[in-house]
Amino acid sequence: MQEKKITGKKLLGLLRDNSVPLMFVIICAICIPISGFSPSYLLNEIVTRVGRNTFLILCLLIPIIAGMGLNFGMTLGAMAGEIGLILVSDWQIWGIPGMILAMIISIPISVLLGTFCGKILNMAKGREMVTSYIISYFINGVYQLVVLYMMGKIIPIKHFSIKLPRGYGIRNTVSLLNMRQHLDNLLAINIKGVKIPVLTFIIIALLCVFITWFKKTKLGQDMRAVGQDMQVAKDAGIDVERTRIISIVMSTVMAGFGMIIYLQNMGNISTYSSHSQIGMFCIAALLVGGASVDKASIGNVFLGVTLFHLMFIVAPAAGAHITGDSMIGEYFRVFVSYGVITVALTMYETKKRKMKSRAGQQLEEDQRKEEAEANE
Amino acid sequence: MNEKVTFKDKLKEKVESFGLPRLIIAGFLLLLFILSPFVGADLPTQFTNTINRFSWNAIMVLAMVPMVHSGCGLNFGLPLGIISGLLGATLSIEFGFTGAFSFVGAILIATPIALLLGSAYGWLLNKIKGGEMMIATYVGFSSVSFMCMMWLLLPYHSPNMVWGLAGKGLRTTISLEGYYNQVLAKFLQINIGNLSIPTGTLLFFALLAFLMWAFLHTKTGTAMTAVGSNPVFAKAAGVNVDKSRLLSVMMSTWLAAIGILVYEQGFGFIQLYMAPFYMALPAVSAILIGGASVNKASITNVIIGTFLFQGIVTMTPTVMNSMIHMDMSEVIRIVVSNGMILYALTRKTEGGKK
Amino acid sequence: MGNENAPLLEMKNIKKDFFGNQVLSDINLTLQAGQVLGLCGENGAGKSTLMKILFGMDVIRETGGYEGDILINGEKATFNTPFEALEAGIGMVHQEFSLIPGFTATENILLNRESQNRRLLSEIFGERLNTLDFADMKEKAEKAIDKMGFHIDADMPINRMPVGHKQFTEIARELSKEQLKLLILDEPTAVLTEKEAEALLQSIRTMAEKGIAVVFITHRLHEILAVCDKVIVMRDGYVVSDVPASETDVAQITRNMVGRSVESSARAEVRDFSGAKDIMSIRKLWVDMSGETVRNVNLDIKEGEILGIGGLAGQGKLGIPNGIMGLCEAGGEVTFEGEKIELNNPRKCLDANLAFVSEDRREVGLLLDESLEWNVAFPAMQIQDKFLKKYLGGLIKWRDDKAIHEVTQKYIDEFMVKCTSSKQKAKELSGGNQQKICLAKAFALNPKFLFVSEPTRGIDVGAKSLVLNAIKKYNQEKGATVVVISSELEELRQTCDRIAIISGGKVAGILPATASSEEFGMLMVSQVK
Repeated sequence: MQEKKITGKKLLGLLRDNSVPLMFVIICAICIPISGFSPSYLLNEIVTRVGRNTFLILCLLIPIIAGMGLNFGMTLGAMAGEIGLILVSDWQIWGIPGMILAMIISIPISVLLGTFCGKILNMAKGREMVTSYIISYFINGVYQLVVLYMMGKIIPIKHFSIKLPRGYGIRNTVSLLNMRQHLDNLLAINIKGVKIPVLTFIIIALLCVFITWFKKTKLGQDMRAVGQDMQVAKDAGIDVERTRIISIVMSTVMAGFGMIIYLQNMGNISTYSSHSQIGMFCIAALLVGGASVDKASIGNVFLGVTLFHLMFIVAPAAGAHITGDSMIGEYFRVFVSYGVITVALTMYETKKRKMKSRAGQQLEEDQRKEEAEANE
Repeated sequence: MNEKVTFKDKLKEKVESFGLPRLIIAGFLLLLFILSPFVGADLPTQFTNTINRFSWNAIMVLAMVPMVHSGCGLNFGLPLGIISGLLGATLSIEFGFTGAFSFVGAILIATPIALLLGSAYGWLLNKIKGGEMMIATYVGFSSVSFMCMMWLLLPYHSPNMVWGLAGKGLRTTISLEGYYNQVLAKFLQINIGNLSIPTGTLLFFALLAFLMWAFLHTKTGTAMTAVGSNPVFAKAAGVNVDKSRLLSVMMSTWLAAIGILVYEQGFGFIQLYMAPFYMALPAVSAILIGGASVNKASITNVIIGTFLFQGIVTMTPTVMNSMIHMDMSEVIRIVVSNGMILYALTRKTEGGKK
Repeated sequence: MGNENAPLLEMKNIKKDFFGNQVLSDINLTLQAGQVLGLCGENGAGKSTLMKILFGMDVIRETGGYEGDILINGEKATFNTPFEALEAGIGMVHQEFSLIPGFTATENILLNRESQNRRLLSEIFGERLNTLDFADMKEKAEKAIDKMGFHIDADMPINRMPVGHKQFTEIARELSKEQLKLLILDEPTAVLTEKEAEALLQSIRTMAEKGIAVVFITHRLHEILAVCDKVIVMRDGYVVSDVPASETDVAQITRNMVGRSVESSARAEVRDFSGAKDIMSIRKLWVDMSGETVRNVNLDIKEGEILGIGGLAGQGKLGIPNGIMGLCEAGGEVTFEGEKIELNNPRKCLDANLAFVSEDRREVGLLLDESLEWNVAFPAMQIQDKFLKKYLGGLIKWRDDKAIHEVTQKYIDEFMVKCTSSKQKAKELSGGNQQKICLAKAFALNPKFLFVSEPTRGIDVGAKSLVLNAIKKYNQEKGATVVVISSELEELRQTCDRIAIISGGKVAGILPATASSEEFGMLMVSQVK
């Protein structure tokens, strides 16, 4: 009898801990039949999107290990990646070499921005998330200054296809047609109409291996220590501030690479908006996978990216079917992305507070036990 | 020699108490005003624009005050209040109110909605003390995107508001011509040449600001300030901390609702869908530019901050355009407003906060 | 290196003051390798400060360093940071755990000293990209655990361990350091069960046999006698006795700890309230206050008396007022003037005309960023509607700044608070003056019953007597009941009629203030079952 109770409680706890992914499974299960998409179409789309987004989401893991929460500042890396791509497309270096060159260009920019972000976050300990979120807006302003005003004037831009007619500044869209899906198509295989971008998946797998390996390095261990208790880590002689900055720099550099992979799949850059939403979608996807502010695994990333993008594909169609208005679904998926972040953040904060109030109950119980013993 | 040092120290102290960023921004605005006649801009027109924008925005900045006082931090969830205001505005028109009555109607309808949403929002913020600002942001975002669906689905019929072809679903912008366009601004408006002052709007703001000032001088208001200053002290002194915070959130949400209505009457349009999305950031940075910090804010901060912020927003395009033929105002606005918020977040909060 | 015959550690003429307040005067001690030294003394006797000096803690340097010499193996040593002390072979286990909760015991034992394998990437990016050699780490950790002689699971994460095992993990961490010659244990048995404490004593003996010197700080005197080679007792910054453990006993140590010879220091006129009625009865009170847990306290307080609550730090005396006044989670039953008081609700206590001066001035007692006026008047305004002007039949309760100013000024004059004006911010005042403001705040409520917690902590001598006199005067003039909670026994004896001693979260006994110091001392170190 008692055993049953315990397993029941465990099950309930398990359900509560995974409520966000479960909610998404339910949403998808309802929407898929209504949307009327064929399974092969869905599979194709999912595979494409997993290849496109996973690298970006993986870059969120390292700051979580270091206890800095969800890195809204990953947008900074995305901007660095875009600058790299804009430059290589001006230099007309296409295909895989272009991508590699763009990545190389993005590295110093990412390192610079990441260091800046890390330093600011060290000044705002305890509210890293809201600060990194504002940093992403702030740097977006600087990015616009560079791309809209300095490119073509100070930074030489030759090609008129990407320059604004007025002679400086970059157009709203930069075409990457000559780079489009070059990475995905190399070594791609086709199984029953589902195209699998093998090389992209290999790169993602390599990154997963790297992250798993990294956790076992001295630096990874230090990050875990800093993430759990900064004071103890500092007392043990770990350079806390530097470790935190490194974690943000790594995340930013990886976000830069991730953005380049993302954009080669899309085939064009929306110069002023590609990066602004990417942070939010990646974070939402990670949380959908069951991650929380202080705990996330590679498994969360894959589950999250699959569920989130499945919802993304089917929601508009399902919405259109039900209400006859295609916009409803569009808004619905935006609402769900924000909603899921709100729910996940709230759950994290309430959990943190619940832990504290448990000690009192323990005391009361102890006292009761003691009395019972005394009475016997 | 000695005197010089003390003078320097005094100056330094003054600068520190005023805040260096605020000084730079004030100096920049002053420079813009001085430059504007030289680049061919008409000073009275510029001033009118600044005053107008001040009058539109000041109440939304005022909405920051109660939550800062109660220690809930900057209200990044302002869009929630704005949505209440938008519901009030659209329902008022739907019910057939016109002219000045539509404004009164909008306020009357928006009030219960704002109080209801505000209390739910306050209840949530009480559960997550310490993480208010981040969650507030996302509460704002979620509510805006939720309402995007609602604007399409709710059964509005007024032909002035719904899409002409489909006959349902609200338009993205709704003209207030014939409703409450300029209803406050026209009241006692002063016109001297190119200079025009929207007296009514300013008076309306002054009234609300006075009420806020008065509230902070009452027993309940004093308790609210103490809760923000040191919640443990307030608890030890028998104040119900959660209730105080809840009240502040409701006040802030209501003020945001009124604020958007006043904004609309000046602007002349109701903007729906994604428009409320980014309205929190300008209000947040305005009050910070005015010298507020994450846990201290006054009415003076609101007035100075809104004036400086809106001054820069209105002046930079004209002056910059004529000077260097580049419209960099948008970029400057982004960098200044977010830079200001960053500055406030990185400063250590003083006093008894853990 | 060094003199073979020189003792492992020698401290000569150590002096230390905090801002003119002498806390250590002329401390001398020597310790041989393999010796176990028991260090005892009341709170504030200077034990912790002495150990902080030895361990090179930052706080010592920040407050102006110390005088005197520390000699390790006969050579003069100065430690500017704990890391330098560690380098020299000194390890310390602090009262607060310094462990990473999600790490296993192994990972914690070798925190920042992990075994590493060089890898290709680390050649390029530096040593921090070396991978960890978990097998070797485990081996090292187990060796350290063996050395300690008490078995803990090396693979268990800290947050799943019972609290005693955490303590042992800390000790194992120090033992895993090859160079360790001297280990300081600061009240290690406070969190241990009896069995674990016994095991710890055993492992101290094992360590000593292996040539490690141990400094053992504890309030449990029988433990000291069981394991130590010699015992040093400190009082008021002096070493009062330094004898081999075999030549002393619990009674003598206690006497040395508390024993000022001045019996006359008790209050001149101790009043007898045994006939008075109970104004407050506490039954089965438990309080969850970190570091000051209260367990099953029963206590009756007589109307009109001044009751002292004493005891060593961490034994739970502070938990009592904080629990009753609703600042910490509490359970049990408290009746005041025959009526039950709802716990965990400060408002209810305040409405019943109780007041509390908290020991934590900065976090609880004051609005640091606000004016003195606000600080003094705020509770009275909120609870009793004082200092308010009412308009529209009480609908609007407007703050009466003039009345607030007057009352604040009255207290500023009465208590001689040093400030520029009543508008000055509370954070700008010195500790003593802040304490006076806290008292004024409580008096403004005109309470029938007053808790005053650590009224003299961290304030200068002049303010001390003023504060204590103000409390006595309030008690006499208003006939109010006062409970003073303090770590300083002498202060309680000067102020109170009766003194209850709390030990292990429970009432160890209640004595009249005239009882001898030894009697109080025995209660303080007694173990209440």
